Amino acid sequence: MAVLVDENTRVIVQGITGREGSFHTKLMLEYGTKIVAGVTPGKGGAVVHGVPVYDTMEEAVAEHPEANASIVFVPARFAADAVYEAIDAGMKVVVVITEHIPVHETLEFVNYAKRKGTVIIGPNCPGIISPGKTKIGIMPGHVFAPGPVGIVSRSGTLTYEIAYALTRAGLGQTTAIGIGGDPVVGLTFTEAMELFEKDPDTKALVLIGEIGGDMEERAAMMVKEGRFTKPVVAFVAGRTAPPGKRMGHAGAIIMMGTGTYEGKVKALEEAGIRVARTPMEIPKLVREALEQK
Amino acid sequence: MKLFEFEAKEILKKYGVEVPPSVLIKKGEDPLAKIKEAGLEPPVVVKSQVLVAGRGKAGGVKLARTLEEAVELVNKLFETPIKGLKPSYILIEKAIEHEAELYTAIIIDRSERKPVVLASKYGGMDIEEIAREKPESIIRLHIDPDVGLRGYHARVIGKKIGLSGKALSSYSRFLMALYRAFMDYDADLAESNPLALVGDRVIPLDARIIVDDNALYKHPELGERKLEETGEYTEWEIKARKMGLAFVELDGDVGIIGNGAGLTMTTMDLVYEYGGKPANFLDIGGGASAELVKTAVGFLFEFPKAKKIFMNIFGGITRCDEVARGVIKAIEELGGMKKPLVIRLSGTNEEEGRRILREAGIEAFTDPIEAVKKVVSL
Repeated sequence: MAVLVDENTRVIVQGITGREGSFHTKLMLEYGTKIVAGVTPGKGGAVVHGVPVYDTMEEAVAEHPEANASIVFVPARFAADAVYEAIDAGMKVVVVITEHIPVHETLEFVNYAKRKGTVIIGPNCPGIISPGKTKIGIMPGHVFAPGPVGIVSRSGTLTYEIAYALTRAGLGQTTAIGIGGDPVVGLTFTEAMELFEKDPDTKALVLIGEIGGDMEERAAMMVKEGRFTKPVVAFVAGRTAPPGKRMGHAGAIIMMGTGTYEGKVKALEEAGIRVARTPMEIPKLVREALEQK
Repeated sequence: MKLFEFEAKEILKKYGVEVPPSVLIKKGEDPLAKIKEAGLEPPVVVKSQVLVAGRGKAGGVKLARTLEEAVELVNKLFETPIKGLKPSYILIEKAIEHEAELYTAIIIDRSERKPVVLASKYGGMDIEEIAREKPESIIRLHIDPDVGLRGYHARVIGKKIGLSGKALSSYSRFLMALYRAFMDYDADLAESNPLALVGDRVIPLDARIIVDDNALYKHPELGERKLEETGEYTEWEIKARKMGLAFVELDGDVGIIGNGAGLTMTTMDLVYEYGGKPANFLDIGGGASAELVKTAVGFLFEFPKAKKIFMNIFGGITRCDEVARGVIKAIEELGGMKKPLVIRLSGTNEEEGRRILREAGIEAFTDPIEAVKKVVSL
């Protein structure tokens, strides 16, 4: 099994004719992702890497009623519109790759999606992959492999790095989710953990956090309270980041003394979570955790 | 983008908030003429318009009892740097006698994914201080984005910070206006501290609004803020931003380039873990072009704190071949390999990237730890 997406997921690419949309459609198809349609307003009738393009989600869904997930490559000014369009077209999962979406717009569509029962992944995220089954995102597929480890991460490239280390150590993954680096995102650590908790194939979870916000602390609380029972290995990026400075991700900032590396590591360790000092330590800690179980 | 106090107050005024009578003096203008023209009578408060926090404590706000004193203070404040920044504007306001100082702000609660109102009857000190000294006094109310802030919410909050009668109505009108400004201006923060209680009405003595940078395109009327004015960036950070680079200056000597904030931060952490000290954070982000990579490498060639450079790339949306081409361009077009450069490449189009670098005599690492050890040993 996998979390949220698998070989049965049928995907629509929003913004398929753009540079990134087209490039990653090709890579997703090569990975085996079942992309049934693309949408770019004004480009209906075109074909991108064999995928038919429509002007609207409504048309795409009418022609491909099996579609149940979408991935958004639409530029920031138009991205919220695309997300609403996907929610209203009945998508169960919407992956928002786009960076620089105004936070007020994200707030609104995240709340709307919740009411409609749509899971938003992102914005400003690498997407989701269930290795060997499907990849709805921009991650390099070859660094992942099927196996028993779940990954949930606030980072993109750091996730690839860690997945690659796990894969080389023979520790494949059920599903890896990059939840995004913005201050406000759809799916959170704890929501992702609820899904991994229910997935029988996931035997351990790798949590990749960073400074800023309190998602790591909330994840720690969930473990402490027994709401997540599988072994967790965590890594937190930003030990050497100075307070008050925005470190690339809009969400990675220590403010009012909260969101510090020390605070997060303390909360995680108090919940009995193994915290790695470097990403390369993670495979060893995961193996230990799996063997102890 | 942080707005100046006078800009934030102009906005609140537009939404019907009563603010102290005032006049804005630009550098070079005649303060006395402007004060007289505005009909302001002393005592007045003379306020340096800078964007750094802790302005009051740094001597940027002064009371003047006479016009002569006000003029003198204006001239003095224009020459007084607050945390390194001299103001371009001074705001002169009628001094308002008041009975109490309150605190009210609206921010985004990122975990709850909702705006939240924070209010306290203990204004005047900053929110960190209130949180430390009177944590029980902070009233929090989350706003359901579908419902918005309603009048009754505002009254409930007003009651909890000790207001009643006409003062409660006045506070309620103020908070509704603050909320509308927060929403209409795509703000990350809208705050008044202190918010003065004057008889049966409230008047913001200070106001702050921070507009989401990603939403600035919706607000062309706000114009552009010179990076120098913000007080948030060092000289090299300003240079970097003007070149479109996400760069933060640090104190060590190992220049860092990474792709993706998480990986770049981790690269800093790794350098530190293995005994080095990062000189900077420089994230080339997702899908960097060769041109951007060239700019980034060239920038660290010039950045004096970086004595050597560690470039850690794991390709996803970023293509390793593009990165390699950018490195070659930097070396060829910017006058050679100016500093020791250790590169680690992995991910999308890795082989092609490695080949391009090898042709130029650069052997890229695959393992980040080996690469870190190498750069620290140089």
